[in-house]
Amino acid sequence: MARAVTTRKKAAYTALAWAVGLLIFFPILWTFLTSFKPEATAIADPPVFLFFDWTTENYGDVQERSNYARYLVNSIIIAGGSTLLGVLIAIPAAWSMAFVPGSRTKDILLWMLSTKMLPAVGVVYPIYLISRDLGLLDSRIALVFILMLINLPIIVWMLYTYFKEIPVDILEAARMDGASLKNEILYVLTPMAVPGIASTVLLNIILAWNEAFWTLNLTTVNAAPLTAFIASYSSPEGLFFAKLSAASTMAIAPILIMGWFSQKQLVRGLTFGAVK
Amino acid sequence: MGRITLEKVRKAFGDVEVIPPLDLTIEDGEFVVFVGPSGCGKSTLLRIIAGLEDVSSGHIEIDGTDATTLPPAKRSLAMVFQSYALYPHMTVRKNIAFPLRMAGFSKAEQDKKVEAAASVLNLTAYLDRRPGQLSGGQRQRVAIGRSIVREPAAFLFDEPLSNLDAALRVGMRLEISELHKRLATTMVYVTHDQVEAMTMADKIVVLQAGRIEQVGSPLELYKAPRNKFVAGFIGSPRMNFLEGAEASKHGAHTIGVRPEHIEVSAEAGTWKGKVGVAEHLGSDTFFHVHLDGESDPMTVRAGGEVGMSYGDTIYLTPQAERIQRFGQDGLRMT
Repeated sequence: MARAVTTRKKAAYTALAWAVGLLIFFPILWTFLTSFKPEATAIADPPVFLFFDWTTENYGDVQERSNYARYLVNSIIIAGGSTLLGVLIAIPAAWSMAFVPGSRTKDILLWMLSTKMLPAVGVVYPIYLISRDLGLLDSRIALVFILMLINLPIIVWMLYTYFKEIPVDILEAARMDGASLKNEILYVLTPMAVPGIASTVLLNIILAWNEAFWTLNLTTVNAAPLTAFIASYSSPEGLFFAKLSAASTMAIAPILIMGWFSQKQLVRGLTFGAVK
Repeated sequence: MGRITLEKVRKAFGDVEVIPPLDLTIEDGEFVVFVGPSGCGKSTLLRIIAGLEDVSSGHIEIDGTDATTLPPAKRSLAMVFQSYALYPHMTVRKNIAFPLRMAGFSKAEQDKKVEAAASVLNLTAYLDRRPGQLSGGQRQRVAIGRSIVREPAAFLFDEPLSNLDAALRVGMRLEISELHKRLATTMVYVTHDQVEAMTMADKIVVLQAGRIEQVGSPLELYKAPRNKFVAGFIGSPRMNFLEGAEASKHGAHTIGVRPEHIEVSAEAGTWKGKVGVAEHLGSDTFFHVHLDGESDPMTVRAGGEVGMSYGDTIYLTPQAERIQRFGQDGLRMT
């Protein structure tokens, strides 16, 4: 039954929703605006909101000073690669936990999540030293693996909740129809879980794209992704807010556009299968 | 072909024994129905035969080979699920072809067999639809189509009609019976509906609490139930039971009389009572009669035109030779 809501109440809720939405979006909007300001205006006090001399010179400067394309390619490889690898490992793991749970399955799930509670800085030494000894400092392979490991608990958890929604009957039917375990996962489970897998992939690409701790600590030049690109503008030469904003805008633009187009999947991913 | 033998099959979930050791033989080509109240272990037993559940101990033989530890895919059995369990992302054609694809049939052979199955089941017009676009009855037929294409040694049905409405259920019941006559393949069918069991089965297995109460043809169970449980479970409406003085007259602890074995009269008879609720079905009328001195009402079947109504005095006379006698232990006395 629909609850009766008066027009006035509706208007109030709408205004509130817009206000909250704007508040959340404001940092991105501010960054975007600042990227078009001359440096002097960018640090003006009181700040100027819309009425300034719009300029694109910051973007030109950023382009001139650093090779955006190389950072972008690194970001795509690291975010995409770690997500893909993670999903490949997580599908069988989530399958077994969702469909052949043992008495310790719940404990394993919680234990996996507990690894997310460890502060990254606590393991920076061992990981840095291992990477150095393996000759993997400043390499994309190392970052693909490390980001995969970091996000794996989340991928497994998300896939697990999606798989739990798939009726076991259908998998049993596949077994009766002569499907091997591999075929059951490949032809029945995975296609049915496509929406869940898609939102898992999207969310993890975003997480990996924005991951800054490891990407900054383990790269210098060759493997540096867009997070390092942004960081390079908050340098000892002094803060150039306008250029920093331009770099940030360029760094988040691809992921923002991707997120915009896949909103529906993302919302489902973020609600974690709570609503059917 | 499809002879299935269960030998001392036992199933326990943890400490709970759901099926105590049990022996059963299903002959090739037989239509066997497992029937019993919910929770009696009939579905578990079917799933054990399918291989979807392990046995805790005992042996299963299918087609002369030991199948106790074989995975479901290797048992050459086909199963139709209560929920149909169709693959929602595949068209009807791909659903039906799936077992063939898994068995490595060529594309041409797959198409041929799918077309054949579809025409048998009246699904030809729906081959390119997805399960979501079909009605319940059509989905059920797709599930059956998927099971017949691979020509299995036996079919397993797990309450396949319980999600359908009453009219469709009767139709599908006939279709499955006819399919069995045509294919002459072993079918094992699980239901809680004794009407389905009576109308379809060659052999009925009545289960209660994981134990087999009786195995026999529908008429054997109807005429000579082994005990009170089977007597009460088979037949609709269920058998009336009387204890005490009436039973002692027949030298039994309990006597049972089926509603259709009682004569009704307004003037005279063995038992006197008052008419309670009357259910008029047109062809028959079922009276619920409150006998003098009995607490439970007795159900009686009378002709469709018998004009008695609530509160009328009624006399009942059981057909003497049809009265079933049961001892203290619940077993039928012969």
